[in-house]
Amino acid sequence: MNKIIRKIQLSDDVFQMEIEAPLIAEERKAGQFIILIVSEEFGERIPLTIAGADEEKGTITIIFQAVGDSTKELGKKSEGDYIDSLLGPLGKATHIVKYDKPVVCVGGGIGVAPLRPIVEAFKKAGNEVISIIGARNKDLLILEDEIRAYSDEVIICTDDGSYGRKDLVTAPLKEICESRDPAEVVAIGPPVMMKFCALTTKPYKVKTTVSLNTIMIDGTGMCGGCRVTVGDETKFVCVDGPEFDGHLVDFDNMINRLNTYKHQEEEHNCRIGLDSKGGEK
Amino acid sequence: MEYVSPDVLAKEADELIKTIDPSALNPKSRRAIPLQEMPSQDPLVRRNNMEEVALGYTESQVKLEAMRCLQCKNAPCISGCPVSINIPGFIAAAAEGDFEKSIGIIKESSSLPAICGRVCPQETQCMATCTVGKAEKDVMRSVQIGRIERYVADWERENDKIQVPEVAPSTGKRVAIVGSGPSGLSAAFDLRKEGHDVTVYEAFHKNGGVTVYGIPEFRLPKKIVEIEIDTLVKMGVKIVTNFLVGKTRKLTDLLEKDGFDAVYIAAGAGLPKFMGIEGENLVGVFSANEYLTRSNLMKAYDTANSRTPIYHAKKVAIFGGGNVAMDAARTAKRIGAEEVHVVYRRTEAEMPARVEEVHHAKEEGIIFDFLTNPVKILGDENGRVKGIECLKYELGEPDDSGRRRPVPIEGSNFIIDLDACIPSLGNNANPILSNSTPDLEVNKWGNIVVDENNKTSIDRIYAGGDIVLGAATVILAMGQGRHAAESINKLLKA
Ligand SMILES: Cc1cc2nc3c(=O)[nH]c(=O)nc-3n(C[C@H](O)[C@H](O)[C@H](O)COP(=O)(O)OP(=O)(O)OC[C@H]3O[C@@H](n4cnc5c(N)ncnc54)[C@H](O)[C@@H]3O)c2cc1C
Ligand SMILES: Cc1cc2nc3c(=O)[nH]c(=O)nc-3n(C[C@H](O)[C@H](O)[C@H](O)COP(=O)(O)OP(=O)(O)OC[C@H]3O[C@@H](n4cnc5c(N)ncnc54)[C@H](O)[C@@H]3O)c2cc1C
Ligand code: SF4
Ligand code: FES
Repeated sequence: MNKIIRKIQLSDDVFQMEIEAPLIAEERKAGQFIILIVSEEFGERIPLTIAGADEEKGTITIIFQAVGDSTKELGKKSEGDYIDSLLGPLGKATHIVKYDKPVVCVGGGIGVAPLRPIVEAFKKAGNEVISIIGARNKDLLILEDEIRAYSDEVIICTDDGSYGRKDLVTAPLKEICESRDPAEVVAIGPPVMMKFCALTTKPYKVKTTVSLNTIMIDGTGMCGGCRVTVGDETKFVCVDGPEFDGHLVDFDNMINRLNTYKHQEEEHNCRIGLDSKGGEK
Repeated sequence: MEYVSPDVLAKEADELIKTIDPSALNPKSRRAIPLQEMPSQDPLVRRNNMEEVALGYTESQVKLEAMRCLQCKNAPCISGCPVSINIPGFIAAAAEGDFEKSIGIIKESSSLPAICGRVCPQETQCMATCTVGKAEKDVMRSVQIGRIERYVADWERENDKIQVPEVAPSTGKRVAIVGSGPSGLSAAFDLRKEGHDVTVYEAFHKNGGVTVYGIPEFRLPKKIVEIEIDTLVKMGVKIVTNFLVGKTRKLTDLLEKDGFDAVYIAAGAGLPKFMGIEGENLVGVFSANEYLTRSNLMKAYDTANSRTPIYHAKKVAIFGGGNVAMDAARTAKRIGAEEVHVVYRRTEAEMPARVEEVHHAKEEGIIFDFLTNPVKILGDENGRVKGIECLKYELGEPDDSGRRRPVPIEGSNFIIDLDACIPSLGNNANPILSNSTPDLEVNKWGNIVVDENNKTSIDRIYAGGDIVLGAATVILAMGQGRHAAESINKLLKA
């Protein structure tokens, strides 16, 4: 049981929560995530990136978008409430190095949350950091101030032009690849965005790291549900990742796998509760 | 074998037992007693529920079956049992109807009899060496040792006779256990009894290891595992869930920062094997671990309540021939698949699954494709499974293990149309602990290397169960837990 210490609504359906988890706060590094269950009896295990931590207070911060049943349920929790289960820190930490050339951090939508600690870590390692953050519109843009605090330069894009440039994040990314010869690009956001960021940087041969958000159950390498094709190999996102070389990831396969349950037939075709001839009891 | 209803079995046993004078039994009349079949749910009914398939003996049945035991002086059955339960002893007490005494005898050697009585592969352990089976030239006709064990364990639980064992006065020593599967739990039991302060760390939100996330409810009700764990808690064992040793805390930090005096690693196998064939990452391909965890731990079969979805497919193929494969196949059937195939490259005789499970699977309509192996998984334009390409096999010369090797028949390729497949080839060692603990010695398969006392390459750290043995059995994992506990006890007393 982990207590919610603080809750802030960042936009319509995006929430930030500070949660008591002293051991995780002590061990976690940029790029790692947790798995939580809102209520144990029938709940789902949902992976969320650790967007920050306060070791002294013994808390971690998560930022999530209420997209489906479980994240909506989580969004309904208030300060002082408890989360039934919280496991972490999981996954490998981001590989942070000091480069002589700039590092570009690209975040799309909710992806800005997992990007934040990475921006901070690259900056603290002494890098020149250029951040590009994007959202569909001004209201959906999150963590602008936090990203600014650790970036030398911030470019903001919105799909509708309500704030910053009216562009996809790949447009400024391409310009920077052409003019600034970056050492590394880190892109986190919806799978399609990451796919196109990787395609953008590929002709310039710029190392591109993406953080994959596949379906997960255990997060410890036990179920194999999170597997992705990277190069010619199968990798488990929860233990080998979540970060991978974006030029090697088979995004189309990953996007397909994310949609595994999307087309699930509505009709009830499970046998449980049927009589011996298959009719309703 | 024809399905016989529980009522008929019960009635037959009740009538037969009246005709027997236990004091007059001799080897010949014992052997004349018919083997008692296990009452089970009607296959057509049970395909539609998650409830336990085998229902357990009636009192008359358990006594009759116990009377089949010849009480051999040399008791060959004991040598077949990995934890050396006094088998003739507990069977004799059961034959007399003294179930309290019977369960007491089992518990001298095993702390989880309700689980073992259900899932142990008896036909390759105690029953394999039983004199009755030898005389009948059929191991399946041996005394049904596991069924008797199950009866007395259930009797104890259902009659509220479970006693919380006495715990020795506190020694002031603290032991951490990694993993709450059968191996960790049995070590916790033995260590706590000696008066040590024991904490079990479990990565999942529920305790029990494979017995709760892998083995389905219809074979081992979760309630039974919970009650066993309750006893441990009443003894004062602390259990911490949602704690992944190696990530939440480094293994060696348990000793160095948290002040534990010793650690026992019982992390299980837990890394699914895939075949490395084309199409394995298509939508609709699931490891048995994922499929079974969704169903068991996350209760995905309960569509009205559970938030966790499970893939609905009409035609499913399972690859493999062990218990894991049987569990996946029978779960798929219950989830709603119309046709479930078990694709196995050898013949039924070589299948490692328990005979009872294969029998139950057949009764439930699972189709077995023997001497067949998938070579490729085929996908449609949306990246979803639409079929598998297989090769036919024949049995060749025996290999080193004495089993005849399956040899593919060139050009025998054929296609089975289906919409999901579940590779169920068992598990390798999970690398989280070894990756985060550089000094921990593992072999080339990633299993932790231990000496004859179950000690690892690091002082005060011991290991056992599937993480050492490779995917094994519940009873072997328990046996290692007990053995390691004995070593740790010695260490802490010194
Ligand atoms: C390592 C990792 C880190 C993550 N970090 C974060 C994070 O910091 N913040 C955050 O908000 N989310 C994060 N996610 C994604 C998050 O886990 C999912 O959004 C969440 O599990 C959805 O659960 P649900 O039951 O509410 O929705 P579901 O009922 O599972 O899905 C509802 C709808 O959302 C869509 N959806 C589901 N998952 C995703 C996804 N990953 N990306 C886009 N659409 C999706 C589905 O297609 C569906 O239409 C992370 C995922 C991983 C694997
Ligand atoms: C589907 C299936 C069916 C089976 N059927 C049978 C059967 O019929 N009969 C039989 O005898 N055997 C059967 N087996 C095998 C049997 O279940 C195992 O041999 C046995 O459970 C091993 O026990 P264990 O304690 O070593 O590990 P496990 O039962 O695997 O338990 C290990 C536990 O440790 C936890 N863990 C792992 N790493 C960490 C960590 N770093 N920190 C904290 N916790 C951790 C895991 O979450 C897990 O709960 C079956 C196995 C499977 C998968
Ligand atoms: S070998 Fe068989 S008959 Fe002999 S004591 Fe053991 S169970 Fe009884
Ligand atoms: S989430 Fe289960 S293996 Fe990665």
